[in-house]
Amino acid sequence: MAAPTLPLPGNTVIEEDLHLSKVTFWSRLRRHKLAIAGLIVLSLMVLGAVFAQQLSPFDPNAIDNVHWQGTPLPPCFQAASQCGGHQLGTDEVGRDLLSRLFFGARISLAVGLFAVLMEILIGSTLGAIAGYYGGWIDYTLMRLTDVFLSIPILPLLLVLTAIVAASSTKAALSFGVIVIIIGALSWMPVARLVRAAFLSLREREFAEAARAVGNNDGRIIFRHLLPNAVAPIVVQGTLDVANVIILESGLSFLGLGIQPPTASWGNMLANAQSNLSIAWWAAVFPGLCILLTALAINYIGDGLRDALDPNMV
Amino acid sequence: MRRTLQSIPLLLAISVILYGILYNMPGGPLAPYLQNPHITPADIARLKHNLGMDQPVPIQYLKWLGHVLIGDFGYSTSNSEPVFQALIERFPATLELMGASLTIAILVGIATGIASAVYRYSVLDYAVTTLAFFGQAMPVFWFALMMQLAFAVHGIPLPFGYLIQLPSAGLSSSDTFDLGDRLVHLILPAAVLSILGIATFSRFMRSSLLEVLGTDYMRTAAAKGLSFKVILFKHGFKNALIPVVTVIALSLPGLIAGAIFTETIFAWPGMGRLFINALNQSDLALLMGYLLMVAFLVVFSNLLADVVYAWLDPRVKYD
Repeated sequence: MAAPTLPLPGNTVIEEDLHLSKVTFWSRLRRHKLAIAGLIVLSLMVLGAVFAQQLSPFDPNAIDNVHWQGTPLPPCFQAASQCGGHQLGTDEVGRDLLSRLFFGARISLAVGLFAVLMEILIGSTLGAIAGYYGGWIDYTLMRLTDVFLSIPILPLLLVLTAIVAASSTKAALSFGVIVIIIGALSWMPVARLVRAAFLSLREREFAEAARAVGNNDGRIIFRHLLPNAVAPIVVQGTLDVANVIILESGLSFLGLGIQPPTASWGNMLANAQSNLSIAWWAAVFPGLCILLTALAINYIGDGLRDALDPNMV
Repeated sequence: MRRTLQSIPLLLAISVILYGILYNMPGGPLAPYLQNPHITPADIARLKHNLGMDQPVPIQYLKWLGHVLIGDFGYSTSNSEPVFQALIERFPATLELMGASLTIAILVGIATGIASAVYRYSVLDYAVTTLAFFGQAMPVFWFALMMQLAFAVHGIPLPFGYLIQLPSAGLSSSDTFDLGDRLVHLILPAAVLSILGIATFSRFMRSSLLEVLGTDYMRTAAAKGLSFKVILFKHGFKNALIPVVTVIALSLPGLIAGAIFTETIFAWPGMGRLFINALNQSDLALLMGYLLMVAFLVVFSNLLADVVYAWLDPRVKYD
């Protein structure tokens, strides 16, 4: 793993030495432009989530009894006379789509953030222990990682959430449960990255120095070594936020994620298929939010990778 | 050979974990009975005894494993047939869908990756890399909905719909086989399922080929006066393919996950749809069978990737 690198854009790796100056300059600029564009899009989403209460024109869970007649109301830009003030229309039970998108952003982004924090906690602890101690501890933990990597996550995730739902009620599938289940099943790449970093870090002189002055293992691992492995964790974690958001939306789409009436971008799509022919807006907008957010995060992650750690693939 | 043997303990460990998760969670195999007011605690105890559930968990596991090894995955309560049979019946449909998608993904992904690398920083390259980013950020199920919206609900007249009306009828029913009709039904689901693969393979092929094109031996080949075509396809392509092969093998879990959504949305009578049905009816035996089968496929594909890797790159030796 690379020496601790400063997060300078100047560290961008030079892919090839042909046509060097002009080409890499444009490539760099383009990449950073996209990462910045991603940052702007994500910031808007976060702002929408934070100020959902203030921005929402309607109560996200309230049915519009005045205008709603049993079929979804169209968006105002399509049919201004029928929309009843709902800028993006309503869903199949007459709830304002735009307001639900704002509140859905809260849930979707929060699940992404907290599940990734959880995965980083588990992954870096296991990876650090494996890499630091080596030997049979390393072997055992890495085989465990292999085992979890060989089980496709989505089916197992679905089974676990279904079991939780069956054991009590579907309402048990709260925010916390979803976060824990997703986090507990996606720590493997982080564990591998941290282990790889630790294998070389523990041999370095400053690690030896830390040992020589009598620090205990826990302090060496968390105070001295782990901060040097932050770059790969941050990059992987950022990219995983996008993956988790997509994963959660998939779970919720199948009815095994965040439970209604709480809006998440995924469960807003749960009934979209059966209403596809009468309400395209109910299917298009929540998915567009998921796509844009995931895209923005991926571009940010890509930019971070270039900036933080040029040696990563 | 040794690699093959190594995958056996891996599969065993997977089975232990899956068994541990599925059979010891609240609401185990008897969950459907626990909520039935006509079944007394004595009945439950009797059922537990008959099913061997009053024995220690490790014993239960070993018994279950013994059955699995002879192909007995238990009895599916939601389908009223043995689990193994239920899975095997749906396998061809899933194979058809995943095979078609993977083929499309490999062909399109590698072709666009090469084009993107060869014409680097051209409009084509920007288009391909941007689309690849979109493909990786696309939720499969939403893309499926959008394809249905575009091709089935509105305009662009493509026949859409159910491969067969009743999923329980299976693919090998007496329905007359019509290749054209089958292919037409395959277009949308296969296109949807291949999108993630196309994006991933394209990005990897691009960066891998760029790396190879920058090496010294490529320069030597150019210095010898070989044409660009020969350099690219004889020397560059094969070497650039090596890391891509691994990525293709590792894409299988994603493909399986995508197939679950695709089959559900397109009412495709495959294993993924069977799995979702089993999920909704708490059919633990079937869920377990599906998870094991899928894990086996993943382990096998990783093994295959190692073999192909060693064949493509003679420097790699597994001892």
